[in-house]
Amino acid sequence: MDLVLRELLEYIVDSMPSSVTGSSLTKGELIIGVQRESLIQVLKFLRDDVNCQFKMLIDICGVDYPDRDQRFEVVYNLLSLSHNNRIRVKVAVAEDVAVPSATVVFSCANWWEREAWDLYGIPFSDHPDLRRILTDYGFEGHPLRKDFPLTGYVEVRYDDARKRVVYEPVKLTQEFRSFDFLSPWEGTPTLLPGDEKATNAGKGTA
Amino acid sequence: MAETQIKNFTMNFGPQHPAAHGVLRLVLELDGEIIERADPHIGLLHRGTEKLIEYKTYLQAVPYFDRLDYVAPQNQEHAFALAVEKLLGIEVPIRGQYIRVLYAEIGRILNHLLNLTAFAMDVGAMTPMLWGFEQRERLMEFCERVCGARLHMAYFRPGGVAFDMPAGLAEDIRDWAEAFPKFIDDMESLLSDNRIFKQRTVDIGIVTAEECYDWGFTGPNLRAAGIPWDLRKAQPYDVYDKMEFDIPVGKHSDCYDRYLVRVQELRQSIRIIIQCLDQMPSGAYRTTDGKVSPPRRADMKHSMESLIHHFKLYTEGYHVPAGETYTAVEAPKGEFGVYLVSDGTNKPYRCKIRAPGFAFLQGIDFMSRGHMLADIVANIGSLDIVFGEIDR
Repeated sequence: MDLVLRELLEYIVDSMPSSVTGSSLTKGELIIGVQRESLIQVLKFLRDDVNCQFKMLIDICGVDYPDRDQRFEVVYNLLSLSHNNRIRVKVAVAEDVAVPSATVVFSCANWWEREAWDLYGIPFSDHPDLRRILTDYGFEGHPLRKDFPLTGYVEVRYDDARKRVVYEPVKLTQEFRSFDFLSPWEGTPTLLPGDEKATNAGKGTA
Repeated sequence: MAETQIKNFTMNFGPQHPAAHGVLRLVLELDGEIIERADPHIGLLHRGTEKLIEYKTYLQAVPYFDRLDYVAPQNQEHAFALAVEKLLGIEVPIRGQYIRVLYAEIGRILNHLLNLTAFAMDVGAMTPMLWGFEQRERLMEFCERVCGARLHMAYFRPGGVAFDMPAGLAEDIRDWAEAFPKFIDDMESLLSDNRIFKQRTVDIGIVTAEECYDWGFTGPNLRAAGIPWDLRKAQPYDVYDKMEFDIPVGKHSDCYDRYLVRVQELRQSIRIIIQCLDQMPSGAYRTTDGKVSPPRRADMKHSMESLIHHFKLYTEGYHVPAGETYTAVEAPKGEFGVYLVSDGTNKPYRCKIRAPGFAFLQGIDFMSRGHMLADIVANIGSLDIVFGEIDR
């Protein structure tokens, strides 16, 4: 199975050498990185080529890596029913840079792109209807970004005097606590207290 | 005669309409009674599950999956458990796999019972709903007996299942499973040849196979279009490769075929349940790797190591090696997938939930165009939509 996938991956990379920026086969899953400009062309190839036949777009999602130059990654999961394969196409994109919309290739991309726009603020060019989808009407910000606080900025309550729901800045009765559970026990070298000299001496002689 | 301006009528359907299956708000543009455009507004049940999961350990994330498609909670947990196991590289003991498959099929029946009967009620049949809920109650009792919760089970955990099945439960499930086909026959006698039911569903909301591909339809809705695609067969997980069952497919891909496919899936699920009960071995039901699965409470009373492990697992949790995976299961509604990115810490870096209903609901627009207003209720019912998973 792995051999077949490897061959398929090589075939895909060889067919579009200028568009594919990276490829890997890990845990039996095909992954290719693609340049933003050639995304539509790659998706069309994957859908229509006889050896690929990835006819179904299963999912689109954004991932936020604030430390990277190109902050966001848009991930397309494709499924081929005839070959029983999956492939993951990734596009790296900086903030406020638009990704070409995949709706021309797969109609179902529409809502998933709206979702990525809503939750991450990744714009999609030539999208037929790029509105917010999951968040409230009039919501501000993009909640799944790593710099968006878990508690959000506003909260709602029913105001009995005004007979309607009102928005207010979020009030925390207790500071938001994020415990660092990363254990200091694992990964540290087993250094006996008071024994630093021995290792230093060891280094000196070596 | 003075020329009159004819304007399309725009109507709000839901979010409190009983046939909206939860909190669907549809903005319908009508020409008389003909639907010109349907624009679903979703997100009224958005709870930020994906964001919350990023702040929880892997074990704490499990209960969020129950609350997605709350009609069949265990099937969602299954996808998450498989994804985490794939990243951790651990194997589930064979008994654990059988228990999971058994309960995944119970989940499928739970889901189909609700969907079929609620669909029938949407188009005017009251009785199946009342009968179906009696059976669902029996099934939820089985869920309660194995994990203590009727609905939100939190039972399938990375590494296996939380508890072993108590004595006597397997026999009771078998008794029920042997009697259940009679219920399916009874329900079918009310619906399958019912003139009113057929008038409301036959040739309504046809979705061809090509449209299914284009719109990402999976599960029974894809099979109703004649495509024998089932992840349990195509990409088997746990012990589905040892199970013998058929994939029912439809011919006309209309609302009626989607109903028929689900009824047949009920029968196939019973076959799988009986096979699970026949073949289930004894032994461990969750992985014996002490770094992932918590120690038994009895051990904690006298073993210091177990006590430490328990403390560490329930505070810090386990660390998952950096990597990513997209793992999908055949949930009752269709392909339910989890795209999990780990950065090597004890919390997921990103957990994208691929809900089948999300794809179905965006198809409601092209499905319903040109149909009558009453048909949109049949379409929604036959697509099997639950808002917990769509809004997340």
